[in-house]
Amino acid sequence: MSVLNPSIKRPNLFKFTVPMVAAFGAIFGFITGNIYHQPLIGLFAGVIVGALLAMGLDRLAALPRWQKIWGTSAAFAVVGAIFGGVGGIVGGAVVGLSMGWFTTWIGSGRYRAGVPSYYTPGQVLWHNSFLFICAFVFFFLIAPLLPVAWLSFNAEDFFTFTPEMLSFKAEGYSLKHYYDFLGSDEWMVPLKNSLIIAPIATLISVSLGTLAAIGLSQSHVPGRQAIMAVLISPMIVPLIISATGMFFFYAPLGNWLQANLGLNQAFVGYVKVILAHAVLGIPFVIITVTATLVGFDRSLTRAAANMGADPVTTFFRIQMPLILPGVISGGLFAFITSFDEVVVVLFVGSARQQTLPWQMFTGLREQISPTILAAATILVTVSILLLTTVELLRRRSERLRGMSPG
Amino acid sequence: MKLVTKLMTPLAAATAIAALSGAAVADDHMSSDMTIVSWGGAYQDSQIKAYADPYLEMNDGVSITWDESSAEAVAKMRAMNEAGNVTWDLVDVTAASAMRLCDEGLAMEVDHDEILAAAPDGTSASDDFGDLIVSDCFIPQIVYSTTVGYRTDLVPEGTPEPSNICDLFDLATYPGKRSLEKRPINTMEWALLCDGVAKEDVYDVLATEEGQEQALAKLDTIRDEVIWWSAGADTPQLLADGEVFMGSTYNGRLFSAIVEQDQPIGMLWDAQVFDLDGWVIPADLPEERLARVKDFVKFATDTQRLADQAKYISYGPARESSAPLVGKHAELGIEMAPHMPTDPNNAQNTFLYNYEFWADYRDDIDAKFQAWLAQ
Repeated sequence: MSVLNPSIKRPNLFKFTVPMVAAFGAIFGFITGNIYHQPLIGLFAGVIVGALLAMGLDRLAALPRWQKIWGTSAAFAVVGAIFGGVGGIVGGAVVGLSMGWFTTWIGSGRYRAGVPSYYTPGQVLWHNSFLFICAFVFFFLIAPLLPVAWLSFNAEDFFTFTPEMLSFKAEGYSLKHYYDFLGSDEWMVPLKNSLIIAPIATLISVSLGTLAAIGLSQSHVPGRQAIMAVLISPMIVPLIISATGMFFFYAPLGNWLQANLGLNQAFVGYVKVILAHAVLGIPFVIITVTATLVGFDRSLTRAAANMGADPVTTFFRIQMPLILPGVISGGLFAFITSFDEVVVVLFVGSARQQTLPWQMFTGLREQISPTILAAATILVTVSILLLTTVELLRRRSERLRGMSPG
Repeated sequence: MKLVTKLMTPLAAATAIAALSGAAVADDHMSSDMTIVSWGGAYQDSQIKAYADPYLEMNDGVSITWDESSAEAVAKMRAMNEAGNVTWDLVDVTAASAMRLCDEGLAMEVDHDEILAAAPDGTSASDDFGDLIVSDCFIPQIVYSTTVGYRTDLVPEGTPEPSNICDLFDLATYPGKRSLEKRPINTMEWALLCDGVAKEDVYDVLATEEGQEQALAKLDTIRDEVIWWSAGADTPQLLADGEVFMGSTYNGRLFSAIVEQDQPIGMLWDAQVFDLDGWVIPADLPEERLARVKDFVKFATDTQRLADQAKYISYGPARESSAPLVGKHAELGIEMAPHMPTDPNNAQNTFLYNYEFWADYRDDIDAKFQAWLAQ
């Protein structure tokens, strides 16, 4: 069963498996009982169901494990259907799945599969508790996103799980908040603004940040640490302080641009917000590019120079392709910083530069509407896609580095 | 060098375009765009439908940008003024904020008869708006009220639905959470009223130290059951969730939750507190922008436009001459008059936000109230 521990004995049914599964069942019973305001009855029912399940599945030892798990899930779903309709089916299936998994996991002795055979029960307990704690950490990080996505399909105009939603009836759901989001100027103008501001700000941060990182990686630059600290500071200084400073810095600058160059107010507004966001993005680019440069072999630039390439050609033909993954992931961070940013744009921008987070911020305060949730769901999806790209690029870069000599 | 030129070309082109479009503005001595600040939500929608859209239809080439910043209008106008970069052209604020902005010189003083249209029968604007012109800078639009909503399905069986403001403090008859605004205004008045103080004496009592203690002591009796709100959208959301049984909010929000969203919510009109909302024009606007704003305000506050606004939201028009023109809801087709806070049936027992009292005592009572909250 395991490399570490080839001969796992099945634990004693009545001394170990039954009490464990009963305790596990008690947790679900308590939660389910709470919904019906009868936590204690639920607790006892959970203990009994757990114990019976443990004994029942032990009798069926010959069946493959997956059959036991899905069988339990199906049985629970049927019971759920009797008591709670469609919602009960889903709830029952989920509870049954975890109960079935847990029972077979405990009952077959698999819980010892990951640890060496000389471990004491206490060590085994700690090993498995540790894994459960890790799983819970992930759960609590991800879980808050799920109700947001779920509620965004609400058919009502409030942040409320209606009874129709909970019992999975079609009339409780609608795409109207997505239509609201996609079909109204109120949201499309901010989206357009975000899509104007974020890419340009990213472009500026990436160009300046990459150049700064390359410069700062040269050993002959005086005061490198100090310059680095200054360039990184927008990431460390509380945003509200940077924002206030930027407000008073950019206001006269904007006035000057308008008065002396004849630029119109809207254009100047975009320039101000883009520059402010570029400043916020630069530290991310510097950090990722600096990290990539650590693995960059300087003798390659010398070799290029030796063959007659000028520094600009060397940069674009030799250095840039090798540090590109770092540049791109820095750029993605800079993009997300600008795309998610609300404090600075509230200070520096005017209503014409209203970005998506700004609209969400005011929308949440003035009219609690699930359109915000629809927008959030779309943004989360976009963010996940972007981060997946970063991760894939990082893997690619690691693979390439592993293959390159030295 | 090549790279630099490449980068510069689109930038230069953008600059040229921007400069050109900037030059087009000068025609007609009115700027072609306005930034109007309002509250967002259903209220801003009513403004857009009742006067902004019709105005844009009449004036080709004009555009309006909406900024939903009325909640922090005073702070933002101070900051903009300090930075010398006022981007707003017209700001929707409550009367109390208008008074503050006027005192600080951030809003422009206006001659109401000169810049606003007279009523159709020739009554001058200042007579038509009457007492509601509470400040030289303030151009009234609507009368709204702060009142109390409750969940109809959570009323205990055999008990009549709440109808009196003091039911808010009656935990024995109407158990359940309450949501109240996280500031003393309205809340303190209601507390005194329900502690046996006569309506005409409320402000005299509240002016004294003992009176303030009395109001807080009354609030102490329900304190454990109170969720404090700070944005107008909170109470309707809490009521829709069933998280609170009763809560105070603006009457238009309750109208929207009850009539438009069809939630199991009822509302009281007892001891509703009237307040005013209207426009102010920022001080020292450039001439062209000011000309455009004046043109818009004259149109947006005329008798018909204010009456039209009531088709979209249940707030009373500030002009006396608009009241008879209030018609039916634009989409639902129901008569709006019975949903107006100013309707005689609803206005049997009302308070008018006492501007003078709160201007004098606000800081003091605010400090006490916040200290009490923090206890």
